[in-house]
Amino acid sequence: MPDVQSTVLEFVNKLRKRKIEGSQATARYTVELLRSVISQQRVPHANQASALIDAVKAVGEQLVAANPVELAVGNVVRRVLHIIREENLSLTTAAMAGLDLMDASDDDELDNSKGIGYPAMSAAVVAAARSTLRPPSLQTLLEGTPESATVPYTSSSGADSESKSKSADKSSITRKLKHDVIEEVNQLIQEIAGCHEQIAEQAIEHIHQNEVILTLGSSRTVLEFLCAAKEKKRSFRVFVAEGAPRYQGHLLAKELVARGLPTTVITDSAVFAMISRVNMVIIGAHAVMANGGVIGPVGVNMAALAAQKHAVPFVVLAGSHKLCPLYPHNPEVLLNELRSPSELLDFGEFSDCLDFGVGSGSPLLQVVNPTFDYVPPNPC
Amino acid sequence: MESRRNPRAVVDPKVRQVGFFTSSSQPDSTPQPDPIAPASHPVSSISPSGNSLSPVMIPPPRHNSSDTFPLRAAAASAVSPSSFSYSSRRDFPDGSTTASPGRVSRGSFAKSSVPAASSLPGVGMDSMAAATSSSVPASRLTTVSIVNMPPGLTEKASGKQVQSDQMKNSKPLKEKTTKAERRALQEAQRAAKAAAKAEGGKAPLVTSGSVASTSKAAKPAKPSSQKNEGAVAAGPSEKDRKKDAPHPRMQYDDESRVVKAKRRAVVKQTEAKNRVELFRHLPQYEHGTQLPDLETKFFQLDPMHPAVYKVGLQYISGDISGGNARCIAMLQAFQEVVRDYSTPPEKTLNRDMTAKISSYVSFLIECRPLSVSMGNAIRFVKNRIAKLPITLAEYEAKAALQSDIERFINEKIIMADNVIVKHAVSKIRDGDVLLTYGAATAVEMVLLHAHELRKKFRVLVVDSRPKLEGQLLLRRLIKRGINCTYTHINAISYIMHEVTKVFLGASSVLSNGTVYSRVGTACVAMVASAFRVPVLVCCEAYKFHERVQLDSICSNELGDPNAISKVHGREDINYLDGLTNNANLQFLNLMYDATPSDYISMIITDYGMVPPTSVPVIVREYQKEHLLV
Repeated sequence: MPDVQSTVLEFVNKLRKRKIEGSQATARYTVELLRSVISQQRVPHANQASALIDAVKAVGEQLVAANPVELAVGNVVRRVLHIIREENLSLTTAAMAGLDLMDASDDDELDNSKGIGYPAMSAAVVAAARSTLRPPSLQTLLEGTPESATVPYTSSSGADSESKSKSADKSSITRKLKHDVIEEVNQLIQEIAGCHEQIAEQAIEHIHQNEVILTLGSSRTVLEFLCAAKEKKRSFRVFVAEGAPRYQGHLLAKELVARGLPTTVITDSAVFAMISRVNMVIIGAHAVMANGGVIGPVGVNMAALAAQKHAVPFVVLAGSHKLCPLYPHNPEVLLNELRSPSELLDFGEFSDCLDFGVGSGSPLLQVVNPTFDYVPPNPC
Repeated sequence: MESRRNPRAVVDPKVRQVGFFTSSSQPDSTPQPDPIAPASHPVSSISPSGNSLSPVMIPPPRHNSSDTFPLRAAAASAVSPSSFSYSSRRDFPDGSTTASPGRVSRGSFAKSSVPAASSLPGVGMDSMAAATSSSVPASRLTTVSIVNMPPGLTEKASGKQVQSDQMKNSKPLKEKTTKAERRALQEAQRAAKAAAKAEGGKAPLVTSGSVASTSKAAKPAKPSSQKNEGAVAAGPSEKDRKKDAPHPRMQYDDESRVVKAKRRAVVKQTEAKNRVELFRHLPQYEHGTQLPDLETKFFQLDPMHPAVYKVGLQYISGDISGGNARCIAMLQAFQEVVRDYSTPPEKTLNRDMTAKISSYVSFLIECRPLSVSMGNAIRFVKNRIAKLPITLAEYEAKAALQSDIERFINEKIIMADNVIVKHAVSKIRDGDVLLTYGAATAVEMVLLHAHELRKKFRVLVVDSRPKLEGQLLLRRLIKRGINCTYTHINAISYIMHEVTKVFLGASSVLSNGTVYSRVGTACVAMVASAFRVPVLVCCEAYKFHERVQLDSICSNELGDPNAISKVHGREDINYLDGLTNNANLQFLNLMYDATPSDYISMIITDYGMVPPTSVPVIVREYQKEHLLV
């Protein structure tokens, strides 16, 4: 595991220094990293799933701590954990089902009992498996540790002639869990990588001929979405708000123009002025929270309010790795990042105002340059 | 005003048609309704006959200014012949006298004008009486023309023929019977004059200015001004000259008009290639291309006054921006114009001066479309010129005009700002966090004054591209020691939760309470009202206007598209640099936007603190005050 550890550290560093841009890239890296962690993890024969889960949790916590604002990391870690638990559960139930068929032990798997299931304790074992590998909840805490009680019981009961075959089965079971988990994780990677195409397939249902679309920031999902509609020979115009101070709108406009879409670049201040002539607002989100609130590039709340005032549909495109189960408390501050003031003010010009060394030690001028904006679920 | 008017080819909707007016020239200062108009026809017949002489003939003095003035006098005299006209005539110098005490520089002038004025009424009365007696039966317009005709004819013997052309133009609109013969006459005249049209530019601009002139086209002034100036319009044809400056809300997708406007233009602006379809009705030119060219022409500007030229160049280069600054600069340039003005022989000061002013205004429009404040100021100036008693000596008239302009600047702008500041600081409490957008002079004054009063507050300056005006405001506030935070307009949702009040400035407030102001104001007001933060707009009353605008698209100003594609100071961001000529890519640089009145809590004006619904009332009262003064 040392090499995995170093990879993890490297990734953590990148996250902390914000070297990785974009939730999709981050999610992909995270999943791949977790996959390598899982495959490298040496799991004990008992409680394989919990060992895996612990390992993944440890890495996940490190990653989330490195960049708490990048919610995709946390989302994806939770997805992987869920995969492990699910796989564990399905294997357990399969093992229960296949308990009678001892020779089909390859397919059988019981993770938290040493013995392949005696029908007698199979149910208990499965229940234990389910309980211990459930995400920590009030119920599991109250149920205590039935698992540890059953384990020695089962192990003791399994320590008989069948133990040899069991061990053989167990190794296969071990491999089975990991194998399944890694398969699922691969699928997850596929899903993350392919989210653009899947979303873009729906473009044709929403964009019609001669429409005017307003968009903000530069999201690849939105780009693919619009281009997919264009492929289907729908001709429409796009207004792109430039999105200062990062000017991501310029990037998006360049791409759109390269793909042949008639684009107009407007300043962010003109969003309200132009929204009356816009048919739909489409943006890509950074994250979608559990209450339905959307975190997006700075400026989307303004666009959302304007769209609401003019009754313009406001569409948010988000891949599944952006769906976050957390509830946002004070998201503008807690889930936001402030970037350098130099993007707004030239340091050379304003150095006298920004200097901490003059006067009372705190300058008269503060500069606020947030990266994200929060759109509440039902803007009033 | 505009809604009442049927759009005619050369009618300036902003100007009300009263009395005589060639289609092109319509004084909006005179409130008389249209019925008077048809009466102008019989009078017009007089002019061509009088003008059927040299190519450089001055058209008969059927100028609006002269018309309006006698008109008013005639109306006054109709009420009570001699005394009223006397008093009405005297109002003018009285007004200037009262204004003068405040103005030391003008004091002497004003005082000198009073004795002159006192002698005037006698003279004026006589002419008025004569006019009244002879003209009352006929329409007022006829009266006017009759009165003015003799002096006008003699004056304008050397006038250009443009006036006749102007007559001709108006004829199609107003004529009834003798049109054909008049037209034939004018055609002949025009043909004769066409050859001698060397310096025609200004004149046609002036004459046609009434059609499209931004604020008030002084009809009579145009023909006379044409004589003097000339270099403004380059179009050879008389008809084109009639359409003076493009009227402030000329729709630029009307091909014929655009072509005509361009032919008269002094400032040859090249149209931008890549235009946004939705804004085809607004002019969009390549920025900065004509500035060097204009600068070289500085010493060759015969018809143009150097002060006006300088102001125009400053507009083009963006050195002067902001409603108040532009207005004051323009008015001060006009003061210089008045100071340097000398009535040419055979002309009346009123008409000639008005024509000159109109031509200058059209030049300024070519440099940069007028703001509403400037339009109102121009209307005031023309109104004042029109009200000058015809018997005033030239130096007195000039002095009176200069003092009037000075009074306008002081009362309507500077003192108004003081009143606004006084009202607004009463709304600022200790511990307030005030948000302001862009660089409004009124708001800046409010903040500085509140700081002087030792109130403890914090300011959030919100800025936006491409002008980044907030940085200038930021500097000035920091220099005075006010605690400031600076941010971009995208981040207003982020900071709005800590804001207690929002102060905004306005370029104009329209009749339905819509605030027409720098682009982005609407966004700020909307987010503020979403967060339940009160929005206060500080706007002087002279910026109010009676038109109505529903959204930001029907009337706006388009700025330089390159300002968007090029991000100043950030070399890594210039993705779009080479793409300005791509057919698929367009840049839209709006200057203004319209904020709906439901986002505005209160408007602070020099008339007090009013809700947005009170604006039409103030507009109505303001106009009345205008006229009576």
